[in-house]
Amino acid sequence: MWKLLKIELFKIFKRPRTYIAFGAIAAIVFLFQIALWFDGKTYIGLILGNIDTSFDFSDQFKTRLLNGYFVCFAVLNILLIQMPLLVALIAGDAIAGEANMGTLRLSLTKPVGRTQYMMGKFFASSIYTVSLLLFLAILALLGSIALFGTNDLVIFRSISIHQMSRDDIFWRYIAAFGYAAVALTTVASLAFLLSVFADNSIGPIIATMSIVIVFTILSEMNIPLYDRTIKPYLFTTHMVAWKGFFYVRSNEEGATIKGSIENLPAILKSLSVLLIYIVLFVSSAIWIFRRKDILS
Amino acid sequence: MADIIVAKNLFKQFNEIKAVDDLSFSVPEGNIYGFLGQNGAGKSTSIRMLLTLISPTSGQIEIFGMDLQRHRKEILQRTGAIIERPDLYKYLTALENLRIFAVLSGIKVTQKQLMDQLEKVGLSDRASSKIKTYSQGMKQRLGIAIALIHQPQLIILDEPMNGLDPQGIADVRNLILRLSKEEKKTIMVSSHLLSEMELIADSMLIIDKGKKIVEGKMTDLFAPSETIVELKTNDVARAYEKIQKGDLRKYVVSRKGDSILFRIHRAKVPMLVKDLVQMNIEIISLSPKHSLENYFLSLTTENQHVEAFKDRII
Repeated sequence: MWKLLKIELFKIFKRPRTYIAFGAIAAIVFLFQIALWFDGKTYIGLILGNIDTSFDFSDQFKTRLLNGYFVCFAVLNILLIQMPLLVALIAGDAIAGEANMGTLRLSLTKPVGRTQYMMGKFFASSIYTVSLLLFLAILALLGSIALFGTNDLVIFRSISIHQMSRDDIFWRYIAAFGYAAVALTTVASLAFLLSVFADNSIGPIIATMSIVIVFTILSEMNIPLYDRTIKPYLFTTHMVAWKGFFYVRSNEEGATIKGSIENLPAILKSLSVLLIYIVLFVSSAIWIFRRKDILS
Repeated sequence: MADIIVAKNLFKQFNEIKAVDDLSFSVPEGNIYGFLGQNGAGKSTSIRMLLTLISPTSGQIEIFGMDLQRHRKEILQRTGAIIERPDLYKYLTALENLRIFAVLSGIKVTQKQLMDQLEKVGLSDRASSKIKTYSQGMKQRLGIAIALIHQPQLIILDEPMNGLDPQGIADVRNLILRLSKEEKKTIMVSSHLLSEMELIADSMLIIDKGKKIVEGKMTDLFAPSETIVELKTNDVARAYEKIQKGDLRKYVVSRKGDSILFRIHRAKVPMLVKDLVQMNIEIISLSPKHSLENYFLSLTTENQHVEAFKDRII
């Protein structure tokens, strides 16, 4: 199994197309950081919007708001929606790409079990996903801290404002990146499943993105009927639960409780749903692949 | 001599199409076993079933005396294969490709062993070149190096001469003969290149529309005492009608275009000439056609298929 995983990782990281995703992430993060470096106050003004008139924030507050933690949160809000495409590029290619190249039939004439082969490919796709997130974490979190420094993090929601002290934030990012890894692995496992049906990787990549887009639109729709019937079962509904690590509880005086999470059970429930989806997608992929005639 | 492969009553159906239809055959140890048939005859499907790429709809396959489904891993550890084109990872070098498939074959190899293997197929000087820079012939040689890296006892080659130039075909032919004679490997080769099979095969199987037509040793199939004789005449329809009315009809194997093929004992050829003359059949030529190609033609009854097959003969 370890040998298969090493081979798959070797193949993934030897392909030039693998680095397109890393390049895209680096470009977006750098452009965003440069924009905030030169014109951060305008961006903060846009974020505060109507709230500013109600609370009358001081200039000092606004300056403190623009720090590395805040920039990282803004980057994640933008990028974690786009990253499924980058993940699908590799996971959707896992089996379909081999079938297209003609290497699938040669590999399966070797004394390797099909289940082992699939597990090796799935774990390699997952490691790629995690490495993309690590790369994002280094650039978005450490890069932003280096550029903008650290300070308290203020998160604005439609119903509330959450403020965390600077020594109560880093662990939240670690947890959020960990959760995002599971969320993106769910997308990877969907692309992996679709890859089993195709002899060309374009099909599974487009199909994965179409499903993610349709499900995301349904998850965002404010229709009460869907809130109870459809949304709880869509994996896209649960992919954004990483934000929950930045929603804190307050005490009776209205002060933030350090180390608190507003709704940990909801995060854990969403995490469980995503894990169930991963198991379902991967086991279906293996079940189908074990019975598949290799005609490519 | 024991049989290395024993296939019994293999069926494979894709929706409404029967790709392989009650096919049984056995491959003797140490033989070069030719597997012949026109395109779409079911050769590749049969070979893919032997390599577990396709599951038979029904039937049983034993290799090395073991059931293929239950002992897949043990069997594949002792088997090397090339299926159709030797498709490899184009963005990797020859050495990297060879190393990957060596690991998948379950063996530990050193850099020197890999280079030695590339040396054997004449690719050591291009070991660090990416496959996308390789010619078809070089890819085929690398494919053979990959198939042989784990020293298999059984080698299955599906159309190994496809896309090769005459020199490439000769190289593959010599390699197959060397592996058989010097290293005592059992080799199953599918091909539509009848003339090539004639040069290398010890025994053969001919299939058509998924069914076995004939199987046996080359020496038995081409009984030295018998020959195929082709009669060319001005009016083949009339001649054929006359022949069908007499005793000569038992020697007729097929009628095609302006000729009639007979399969007859060599000693009876003068009698055949005499009888044809006596029947007032105008003979333009009467020539022996003792080759695998003609043997195949004699077994195939549908001219349309024969024509399609002949188009591919080099």
